[in-house]
Amino acid sequence: MSKTQSNATTRISSFVLLIIFLTLALSLTALILATTFFGQGNEIIAGYLLLIGFIGVALSTYVLFQTRRRMLRLRIEIPPIVTTIECRKCGFKSVREFQRGDYIFKEGEPCQKCNEKMLITAIYREVKDKEKTA
Amino acid sequence: MAMSSALQNGLIQLQLFEEYSWVFNLLFYVIFVVFIFYGQRIQMYVMLREVEGSLFKLKYIKDEGRKIAIETIKEIGKPQTDPAVRVDRFLEYFTIGPQSLDPAGVVWKLEHILDIRDVRFKDEVKLMAPATDDTQAHNLENTLEAAMALNFIYKIIRHFYLLGKKTLSLYIIMQIQMILPLIMREAEAYASALKAFAYGQPIGDGAGALVAAKLMRGHEIRKVPKDCVVATVPIEGRTTFVMKAEGPGGNVGKIGDAIKTVIDENEGKIATIIMIDAAMKLEGEEVGEVAEGVGAAIGGPGVDQFKIEESILKHHIPINAVIVREDIGDAVSPMRKEIFESADKAIERIKQLMLERTKEGDKVIIAGVGNSIGIGQ
Repeated sequence: MSKTQSNATTRISSFVLLIIFLTLALSLTALILATTFFGQGNEIIAGYLLLIGFIGVALSTYVLFQTRRRMLRLRIEIPPIVTTIECRKCGFKSVREFQRGDYIFKEGEPCQKCNEKMLITAIYREVKDKEKTA
Repeated sequence: MAMSSALQNGLIQLQLFEEYSWVFNLLFYVIFVVFIFYGQRIQMYVMLREVEGSLFKLKYIKDEGRKIAIETIKEIGKPQTDPAVRVDRFLEYFTIGPQSLDPAGVVWKLEHILDIRDVRFKDEVKLMAPATDDTQAHNLENTLEAAMALNFIYKIIRHFYLLGKKTLSLYIIMQIQMILPLIMREAEAYASALKAFAYGQPIGDGAGALVAAKLMRGHEIRKVPKDCVVATVPIEGRTTFVMKAEGPGGNVGKIGDAIKTVIDENEGKIATIIMIDAAMKLEGEEVGEVAEGVGAAIGGPGVDQFKIEESILKHHIPINAVIVREDIGDAVSPMRKEIFESADKAIERIKQLMLERTKEGDKVIIAGVGNSIGIGQ
């Protein structure tokens, strides 16, 4: 039951990706050029190129992570739901994943120990600590 | 020698920098002037972009809702034709509320319109999914209603977004941008509700129904109008009439009618009514916290609350409420463990309340309010 779903809307556009990677490549080139200029003694030009390079790298990685985060947010998370089944006679308790057709106080599966009909006593989802604080 | 050469080189570069410094000054002034005249417009575009992002997400959620509804109909309804067209038509369905210029009798008019809507929805579901039994039909109806709510939210946000873009009015864009986080929360809650309804899982809103189901378990159950069940259960020496909406299909019933029926059957001789419902929690409060108060604990359009208040006023019956706190997300998504566990705490409160507020031999009505989806009796 616990799964994520995605469709065409959750994919990152290839045009956006191209722009991000192009900016990243240009910024890296600026950084390499900056070291060359620094070696040649042109410190001011090297300084500008260094600034442009760092800003470019920072911007493109930020946009890339933001786009990825937005895509992750777009997925509908289906939490795992558990069903607790109890035997009224011998007290045997079993917990399994929810199945379509389950409902609280449904009589069904025979007990593994005494073969008596068991009763669904609980159906719920457990929320992780991270989700609780969000 | 080398030092003087480096100094000379540095001075040349400084001169070069000074030569071009006017470019930076000009750039600074241009940015300053642009922000003075176009600052608000830039802010507006930033807001529009934010709304656009949320609209994108809403569209995804809405499409998922439609897809889940169609898949569920195909899976359990076994339709002869493709249900997509009928589902699309259903998603655009609307209800016009009664005219309230003369408010006298508006509750009955509203009830009548809601009844017509209910019958129409049930008929539509039967046509879309002919092979479903009553429980599945109820669940399917709830699934379609959730998909309908998502479609409606998307259309409203899109309307304001396009209107704001067209008129470039900061105030239109601003008002939608400000309430957007709350709307998104609601939309996400409905998105998680979709699967719960489709699979028939109990939801947080069913906390009241769960309490009633636990109390009436093992006792003789009879049906009361409309779509409700009641059981006569002896608790702490009192005769209690425990009622809830009939489950396990997605159904809220008409608890107002059920309470009125039991009061009339007992000629008004009811010592107290205790209503249990899921109620909105404030931020900072714990999920599943049980609280107690007075009044008719029931949500919805207000018809049932009106009927209950009319009945208790006629016979001067005191009414108490026990609530289980949860937020909108928890109310429509699969029931959380904390909410499930709070049912036992609520039962303890009910027993305590009965001991304090009634005498032995008294008759008490206990009404578990909420959606009975995934909760039998």
